[in-house]
Amino acid sequence: MASIMHILRASPLELFGLELHIPDGFLNLPVALICWIAAIGLIAFAVRRTQAELGERQIPLMGIMAAFIFAAQMINFPVAGGTSGHLLGGVLAAVTLGPWAGMLVMASVIGVQALLFQDGGLLAMGANILNMGLITALIGFGLYRSVIGQGMPVRLAVVGVAAWISVMGAAFVTSLQLWLSGTARLDVVMPAMLGVHALIGIGEALITVGAVAFISRARPDLVAAEQYTGHTDRGWMIGGALAALAVVILSPLASADPDGLERVAEDLGFLESGQSAPYEIIPDYTLPFLGETPLSTIVAGVIGALIVAVVAVLVARALSSRAAASR
Amino acid sequence: MMHTHLLDRYREAQSVIHRLDPRVKVVVTLLFIVSTALLPDGAWFAFALSFILALSCSFLARLGVTFALRRSFVVLPFALAAITAIIAVPGRPLFMWQIGGTTIIGTDAGVVRFLSILARSWLSVQMAIVLTATTNVPDLLHALRHLRVPEVLVAIVGFMLRYLSVLADEAARLLRAREARSALLANRRGGGSPGWRARVAGYMAGQLFLRSYERSDRVYNAMLARGFAGRFLAINPHLMREHDWWALAVTVVALTVVQLAGQGFPPG
Amino acid sequence: MHPDTIATNLRASPTPEPLSLVADDVHFAYPDGHVALRGVTLRVARGEKVALVGPNGAGKSTFMLQLNGILEGRGRIEIAGLPVTKRTLPQVRARVGLVFQNPDDQLFSPTVFEDVAFGPLHMGLPADEVRARVDRALDLVSMAAYHDRQPFHLSMGEKKRIAIATVLAMMPEILVLDEPSAGLDPRARRGLIHLLRSLPLTMLVSTHDLAMVRELFDRMVIMDEGRIVADGQTDALLADRALLDAHGLEAP
Repeated sequence: MASIMHILRASPLELFGLELHIPDGFLNLPVALICWIAAIGLIAFAVRRTQAELGERQIPLMGIMAAFIFAAQMINFPVAGGTSGHLLGGVLAAVTLGPWAGMLVMASVIGVQALLFQDGGLLAMGANILNMGLITALIGFGLYRSVIGQGMPVRLAVVGVAAWISVMGAAFVTSLQLWLSGTARLDVVMPAMLGVHALIGIGEALITVGAVAFISRARPDLVAAEQYTGHTDRGWMIGGALAALAVVILSPLASADPDGLERVAEDLGFLESGQSAPYEIIPDYTLPFLGETPLSTIVAGVIGALIVAVVAVLVARALSSRAAASR
Repeated sequence: MMHTHLLDRYREAQSVIHRLDPRVKVVVTLLFIVSTALLPDGAWFAFALSFILALSCSFLARLGVTFALRRSFVVLPFALAAITAIIAVPGRPLFMWQIGGTTIIGTDAGVVRFLSILARSWLSVQMAIVLTATTNVPDLLHALRHLRVPEVLVAIVGFMLRYLSVLADEAARLLRAREARSALLANRRGGGSPGWRARVAGYMAGQLFLRSYERSDRVYNAMLARGFAGRFLAINPHLMREHDWWALAVTVVALTVVQLAGQGFPPG
Repeated sequence: MHPDTIATNLRASPTPEPLSLVADDVHFAYPDGHVALRGVTLRVARGEKVALVGPNGAGKSTFMLQLNGILEGRGRIEIAGLPVTKRTLPQVRARVGLVFQNPDDQLFSPTVFEDVAFGPLHMGLPADEVRARVDRALDLVSMAAYHDRQPFHLSMGEKKRIAIATVLAMMPEILVLDEPSAGLDPRARRGLIHLLRSLPLTMLVSTHDLAMVRELFDRMVIMDEGRIVADGQTDALLADRALLDAHGLEAP
């Protein structure tokens, strides 16, 4: 009941504001499963890395920091006319805890939000964790890592930019997933999501910068370079930059020229309009679906949704192994 | 002094559902959600059957029929996104708009798609609510552990839930302290710029971060002092009993019926 | 500085009200049903220093949170004549200087200066006025050299003083302190007592520290189970062993 009153009084900004927790029913089975696979892969990798880096210390640390993120999301600041901004926290977690611990922390928060509070669906949890927890942490850490040697003002500026891009990236991927599931029209939902989250991203940037500024003044050791001795420079820098570039370049493509994307989709047989028999975008929710439409179309669409996370990780690993081999 | 009532989603009661093995409840919920996702657009009869199933679970769990209904209005922002499905799916046109130079066509298939999405979403939330209301946190964690979720993750979630109210209380007190100093004079505008307010919110988050981080150090030391060496050992209090298997079987049968209904059996 | 000058500097309202605080039959129950206040009636005159004592759970903190509207109960509350309502909350908060028990909950900026400046900045005061108020407030708590220090790294005693400074900068009508001497070592406690004695503000202080009460406060109010059970001269009340016993207090 309280939620209905809240919704009725809410402004458009608040309605869409940081509401990236996709409930069940809005993603179809294939999209949800693919996102789960990607999320599980990244989480498994993160678990191994944190085990190696932190050892037994990791559990109380990450458990309590997960509780911190949850609690910190309660800290708001009034924006205008009754709306307030909140923290998502992916970049903050990654910059202060490192990418892998950051990802696990965010994944735990999002998982519990879905499981206990119905904030986000259970089938959609993989996608939510991917969008809000994994992609944001990777973008944040990737960009921050590239300026780790610089002075504080530069680092804070990059943290702010990374936070903004992370929110935009999450909104971007969410829109793609909704479109691929046949839930929404891309040329409507993408500009709406990106537009709203462009503003919300500013709030995220400012809060994250404020938090990192505070932390680096009181405990500079928690955001210093020494923390990241396990990672190589170039891999992260390039991976993070690529991820950010992907978001930045693909977003205007998708929103400014929706006809372009839809035309491409039509040419590939993905969408057909004007036919007498309704051709369903997703004719069946079972595996035969993959066979009926060209596999290349699916791969193209899925890569658009996963490119941010996968590219960053693959490039980072490839470059780090090459760098290690060349030593 | 103050308590944030965060974790009171569990409703204490004696019921058939409450007594089920938590693993079964988790699996049943997931099966139900997957079944709902598999139902095609416009399978109204199957949706109705699913609704009856969900309602029965709610009833059997002694939650009161309206308990789950009340909490399911959380999907509004995404419902607004899904409304665009009306103009996205090809089909028989229902209405047309001219906006600028483009024509927007709403179709019957689009409306069916939109309503089906809402139905699936609502049904899924119902079941998820029954799960949370009938299973307390320790049992849920046990269930996850037995369902092969990695021990590390389960332990992290366990810690998180343990300290959630503590840290949420600290966050609430920080917010109160800020509120107490957020004064305005009668004859001038104040409040500071949104940028400043965001920065202060960031400071608060940073402060909370450091307090949490240092708290985790203390917790870790306490664990070491009690002999913690990196692994959690848990005693499994849950054994699958006859009624658990029955519940699972009934679910599978019921959902199969739902799926058949969704595919159009019996025809006509 | 002469106490009267400090007093005029500290007070914001031009026409002094005789009563800093009027609370009439205040009731409050928490959302979970727990009834915390069962009809609290209290009047504090301008310049009075009143101690609020009682066992844990008596409702002292709950009552204090009513005074600046953080918790809303039934009953009338007026701060220097201004009724505490939803509409007047922003002005009420300038008049009630509430200091929490745990200074960590109150200090959330990277520097002392920024923390003390928060209140005046939020009020929309010009930069030079803000700076003047911060300087004055830090002077009053004898921490003038701490402008650039980080609250996070200060000792408990220092943090408590800064917390008091953060509300002094708003020039409140009444200072409301929740357990100010809790957790302080003897030297810091002595410093705090000295500070409270030197501030010519109206004060309502909740505390378990009856020795401090005897030293600083002429008037003592005993709360128990959401009600005021005694209100009078400190010396007289502290001599009444039976009364203290009945409400979980021990004479110092």
